[in-house]
Amino acid sequence: MHEPLIFTHSRTGRSAAGQYPHAAAAEVPEKFRRKQRAALPEVSELQAVRHFTRLSQLNFSIDTHFYPLGSCTMKYNPRACNQFAMLPELLGRHPLAPESASQGFLACMFELQEMLKEVTGMKGVSLTPMAGAQGEFAGVAMIRAYHRARGDMDRTEIIVPDAAHGTNPATATMCGCTVIEVPSLPNGDMDVEALQQALGPRTAGIMLTNPSTLGVFERRIQEVAKLVHEAGGLLYYDGANLNAILGKVRPGDMGFDVIHMNLHKTFSTPHGGGGPGSGAVGVGQRLLPFLPIPIVGRDGERYRWLDARDVPHTIGRLSAFMGNAGVLLRAYVYMRMLGRAGMQRVAEYAALNANYMLARLQQAGFEAAYPGRRASHEFIITLKRQAKQLGVNAMDFAKRLLDHGFHAPTTYFPLLVPECLLIEPTETEAKEELDGFVEALVAIQREAEQDPAKVKGAPYTLPVRRLDDVRAAKQLDLTYQRG
Amino acid sequence: MPFIPHTDNDVREMLATIGAPSIDALFEEIPAALRIKSLDGIPEALTEMEVGRLMQQRASRDGRPLNFLGAGAYEHHIPAAVWAIVTRGEFYSAYTPYQAEASQGTLQLLYEYQTMMASLTGMQVSNASLYDGASALAEACLMAVRAHRKSKSARILVPASLNPTYLDVARAITEGQNLKFDVLPYEATSGTLGANPLDAYRGQDITAVVVQQPNFFGLLEDVDAIADWAQTNNALLIAVVNPLSLALLKPPGEWGTKGADIVVGDGQPFGVPLSSGGPYFGFMTTRLEHVRQMPGRIIGRTVDLDGKPGFTLTLQAREQHIRRSKATSNICTNQGLLVTAATIYMSLLGSAGLEKVAAASQTQTSTLVAALTRIKGVKLAFAGPRFHEAVLHLDRKPAEVLEALAQRGVVGGYDLSRQYPELGNALLVCATETRTDEDIEAYEKAMREVMK
Repeated sequence: MHEPLIFTHSRTGRSAAGQYPHAAAAEVPEKFRRKQRAALPEVSELQAVRHFTRLSQLNFSIDTHFYPLGSCTMKYNPRACNQFAMLPELLGRHPLAPESASQGFLACMFELQEMLKEVTGMKGVSLTPMAGAQGEFAGVAMIRAYHRARGDMDRTEIIVPDAAHGTNPATATMCGCTVIEVPSLPNGDMDVEALQQALGPRTAGIMLTNPSTLGVFERRIQEVAKLVHEAGGLLYYDGANLNAILGKVRPGDMGFDVIHMNLHKTFSTPHGGGGPGSGAVGVGQRLLPFLPIPIVGRDGERYRWLDARDVPHTIGRLSAFMGNAGVLLRAYVYMRMLGRAGMQRVAEYAALNANYMLARLQQAGFEAAYPGRRASHEFIITLKRQAKQLGVNAMDFAKRLLDHGFHAPTTYFPLLVPECLLIEPTETEAKEELDGFVEALVAIQREAEQDPAKVKGAPYTLPVRRLDDVRAAKQLDLTYQRG
Repeated sequence: MPFIPHTDNDVREMLATIGAPSIDALFEEIPAALRIKSLDGIPEALTEMEVGRLMQQRASRDGRPLNFLGAGAYEHHIPAAVWAIVTRGEFYSAYTPYQAEASQGTLQLLYEYQTMMASLTGMQVSNASLYDGASALAEACLMAVRAHRKSKSARILVPASLNPTYLDVARAITEGQNLKFDVLPYEATSGTLGANPLDAYRGQDITAVVVQQPNFFGLLEDVDAIADWAQTNNALLIAVVNPLSLALLKPPGEWGTKGADIVVGDGQPFGVPLSSGGPYFGFMTTRLEHVRQMPGRIIGRTVDLDGKPGFTLTLQAREQHIRRSKATSNICTNQGLLVTAATIYMSLLGSAGLEKVAAASQTQTSTLVAALTRIKGVKLAFAGPRFHEAVLHLDRKPAEVLEALAQRGVVGGYDLSRQYPELGNALLVCATETRTDEDIEAYEKAMREVMK
């Protein structure tokens, strides 16, 4: 299947813009005026609709395929969340509309803040960060602001485990900190002795995901929290894996001082082909004065925005308005539909699905990266044996899975497990789907033993075969040039 | 159970396969002292019907006031086809196109988007989006520091006629990296930058100059002169633009002799609803020579094993998942779904359609200004050429006027008096193609009552 570029459908003088009645000429002095029109397509409405509908059909998505992308929590995005966030009044509300005309919206946001405080065990929440990485930024910026407010200017080191997501060290750098990596032990836990070595008077804090990116729960977390706090540092919780513990254990209770939540993971807002996300942050007592603004407050029965006048030590604003409000509304609807009991079931069934798949794959002869450990909501298979013996690597398995109608798991992350597949089924998948995926992997294993070249040439049934990434980076073709 | 498909039988079989006695046993590695029993602060579940009713009540409470407020977010008509396609599950529920072969729809759309944005802004390359216009400016400032290797100062000149929140955000995001922002005053008579404030910096090491066109007051800056000043003084030029205005206005790539170096802005006017401020998307385009310093995802066209064309994420060596602490930015997820909306919007309208929308917005704003300035106590603050916003001077406090207008179902504009006290009782108003002559009459009538 192939869909030509929209520019090739374009003909001069064709337009889908007939629905616009106003046609008065603009008044632009000569020196400011555009001389040549932009090369936008000129197509009919049907041509545009058909083109983009066809493009959509070239995608795998949760609505069409099992999508067990580890660390991304590709769970079902309930349609009701979208519908109720897109009520005309909510879509039409200007971000700077007067508070008197915004009480309905602000009530939703205030209650969302309260619910997120409850599920994370934190004391305050700001909804403004627009993605996980911006939530991380807010978290580390608050840690820095906290130390600085105490006159503790030398605390500029951020400790991250070697298994951390790349955004963690990138965030630390953005905040002007240096990064200290701490290794993991063969059993998947953090090397606490190495952590002790890394801690000191320059420690600003530590960034942790728990369960970690290795798909296991950090069992010595209380000890880690104690050590970091005793050294004068703060603990940052990366909420990438919050789905694994929702309603079971709370980051605030584990000793974390600040957390970001990926609402597009745990609270099921759509991933949208790469965003929008939403990276709300929660903090404990010590970081409350530094929360990014705006925050929704309540005076009696009236909701209002809190800004720098209310939060004078804030790290400031991270977006032009209040972040991805429409995403926040979707998360709010989702949380109200799940309710107290439903939220606890999330972690339970996510863990059940992950541990079931892990057990079945181990029984089929696949090698777990951390055998003997319970899976969290995800787990890692390593294909280093297949790579060595058959010359078929994790990427080959991933591409062949596409031919079987499954989106591939996360590959080559975390970086420290060779030839890994990080598999996260989520709680919304049925057993039959998990069984089908296991059987596909078993079939690929058999094929790799009998005809490895076949696996290495995959995929065969998708709109394109394997793409030349080297050429893409060397012979840059980033925009269409009309021939 | 909402959204969970497991039957009792499934659970039994799965636990047997795992060899665990219960689901609870799967959490045994979590220290017992940490485990909680329930989430008392979370309300009981609502059904879809109940939550639908709740949301409609909340929405109705805020209603649909007649909107004349812009200040960085603009109410435009969105053709029905746009969100009908955007909310297709294949776009809505997919993720970042890591598996290119299974994501050609998203990837090709992003490549088409990059082509359109590069052409619209008159630049060579575009990324696949950033979070919003304000954070895109922050990223542009950081990028300018990386790209301008000869400049050591990390000093950036910013006019006070830039959206003040954009500057707040740029400061907050770059706070840890020792950038210095010098704010240049605008001319009290024209509301635009003028040449004089820049000349104080002649001969100094300036990394970049920022200019917004149209500026926060809706006025047109002399961008050619500013671009040439930047070039002569070896500073990069960062342009902040409303993409819709570029249907009418000279694209940043053509400003002055050399054009802008980095162009950013908020893509919201292109098919993205106001929605309380987000999700919108930030765009960024630049010269080819700076592409490796550009943050965010970039899509490239290449070929597959059979030599057929296809699309993939490229130049990933800039990004956090490869470079970690040395990445150009920590950005990972961007605003793909909103870019999807904008790409469809641009395709439906084409340049001719965008011109119509932009021209109608400008015309209706002029009509609005004429109507409101007929009222005693309302004056136009700046007379120069503008796009679709204007500053009005009132004879009383804007906050009180806005509240009284809100009681009459009109969102009347943006109160400039807090961020620009020197302007006095100044109100920023906006009309777009969605405001009819009758809407403007309704505003005028409400304003007349309020200003009595």
